[in-house]
Amino acid sequence: MDPHGERPHVPGPSLWPIGFAVGIACVLVGLVVSWPAAAVGAAIALIFGFLWIRDVTGDYRSEPRVVDAEDGAAPPVVEEAELPGYSRSKFLELSTLGLGGVITAIVTVPILGFAVLPAFVDQELDDLDLGPLDNFPEGKWIETTYLSNPREGEVSRRTAYIRNNGELSAGVPSFTIISNRCVHLGCPVQASGPRAEEEKKVETKVGEVTLTEVTPAAFSCPCHGGAYDLEGNRTAGPPVRSLDRYQFKIEGDRLVLAQVYSVANVEGEAAQARIKTYDHAGPGIHIDGLESWLYPIQPSQVAS
Amino acid sequence: MAIATRKKKQGRLVQLVNMPLDWLEERSGLVGGVKYFLFRRVPRDTSWWHTLGSATLTAFLVQAGTGVILAFYYKPHPDTAYESIQRITNDITLGWLVRGMHKWGASVFIILMFLHMARVFLFGAYKYPRELNWIVGVLLLVLGMLEGFAGYLLPWDQTAYWASVVGINLNGTGPFVGPFLAWFLQGGAEIGANTLTIFYALHMLLIPGAIIGLILLHLYLVVRLGVSSPPWSDEAAGRDRYVVTTNGRAGLVNPAPRSGRAK
Repeated sequence: MDPHGERPHVPGPSLWPIGFAVGIACVLVGLVVSWPAAAVGAAIALIFGFLWIRDVTGDYRSEPRVVDAEDGAAPPVVEEAELPGYSRSKFLELSTLGLGGVITAIVTVPILGFAVLPAFVDQELDDLDLGPLDNFPEGKWIETTYLSNPREGEVSRRTAYIRNNGELSAGVPSFTIISNRCVHLGCPVQASGPRAEEEKKVETKVGEVTLTEVTPAAFSCPCHGGAYDLEGNRTAGPPVRSLDRYQFKIEGDRLVLAQVYSVANVEGEAAQARIKTYDHAGPGIHIDGLESWLYPIQPSQVAS
Repeated sequence: MAIATRKKKQGRLVQLVNMPLDWLEERSGLVGGVKYFLFRRVPRDTSWWHTLGSATLTAFLVQAGTGVILAFYYKPHPDTAYESIQRITNDITLGWLVRGMHKWGASVFIILMFLHMARVFLFGAYKYPRELNWIVGVLLLVLGMLEGFAGYLLPWDQTAYWASVVGINLNGTGPFVGPFLAWFLQGGAEIGANTLTIFYALHMLLIPGAIIGLILLHLYLVVRLGVSSPPWSDEAAGRDRYVVTTNGRAGLVNPAPRSGRAK
């Protein structure tokens, strides 16, 4: 092969890429279906990838080192005087580039910071007053809509399903507060069951809160058919964990919505529920098990 | 005598037409450049299949033109976006037409990109020395789809909102960078007021700018490398196809005479 020839350097036909592609396909299917299949696929892809690369680079690796035999002269000895030094023009060239780079960085780094950082800084939400406790009778589910960020207005309206579980022990109240954001891909989960005709509107200092009594048999999501039981555990469909929940506070005789957190699963019911809690995570993200290793760090909504 | 006078008159007329062009050519070389672009040599047996790329470009230009006009009347704010789209569609003269062109044209653009890609693939036109142009084309395809994704939110109706929620969260499930990508796209922990303006800026400025740049590169490579002849061409048949001529430009199907080759 001559390196400057007119013919393209095209390696010969090879079947290895097909094996490689089969391996990759196997990995992708395995990721959905089962881990062993993915491992087998990865092994196939690795083996065939290696064979392919060996095949493609064979020409280059076997190419003999070009030695100019006719000259036969020893490699020229570089004398000290011939060593390249830094000339004035080289210095000026490098300092121009360096200075230009510094100026560019001074201008662009803050701009890039502004482009990216606001989405990650100051994302903690304040606690939200949901009005008097009397509006949440014991054992009833109340669909509650409120402005999660009053400064943003209607676009921040969110829904939570709230059930007063009665008292855990004397004087210790228990509420189940489930976020209606589907943990598959974030669609609004609905209460599957009768819905009261009348809505109660409560004015609080964070805007209007709307309360509607519902009698759900389950929660379900209209987008892709995710279904949950009344504790938020997945019963069918694509969700990867249980529905997110909110912490709550009682301030005087008012219910206050605090931070949201994610739930792997819930055992037991209502006040006796044992909840496996994690930091809040986005929809579709595994928080426990092997898959959670794919999400080592996440932006956190919860003030630390 | 009469004929001579008429010829003289004709010559003067031609000169009059050519004068501004000559003026431009002398100072910029643009006329020659355009001529070079339009009247370059192409294989004899090109067919309608070879027009899919130009069709895609035309679809993009229609999107760019109608998009600019829609921006005259669209108000990217959660309180006003939906109403302004309704106004464009129902009240403003011919607004329904321009919005319709933009909406359906988006699908036409994507479909034409795929057809163009299929043509290039089936004709083997992605092969040496045109691999880089294939890569640029794939980037254009990705950017085109991103453009569609960003544009889908702008009508701010229920379909747009929830489709974007799902789309953003789908990005969010990507391993390692997914959650950060989702937060960046929605401008915070949840979809909100900023999401709409971010998508508007992406849809209006960033992605189209990148697409225009890549289209220019794509065209440059087409002109530099020439158009490939179809696989059934008996004229090229793998022989003397890519002769490097003295000026470093790859030859077309009928290459320059052998003597004109580089060493």
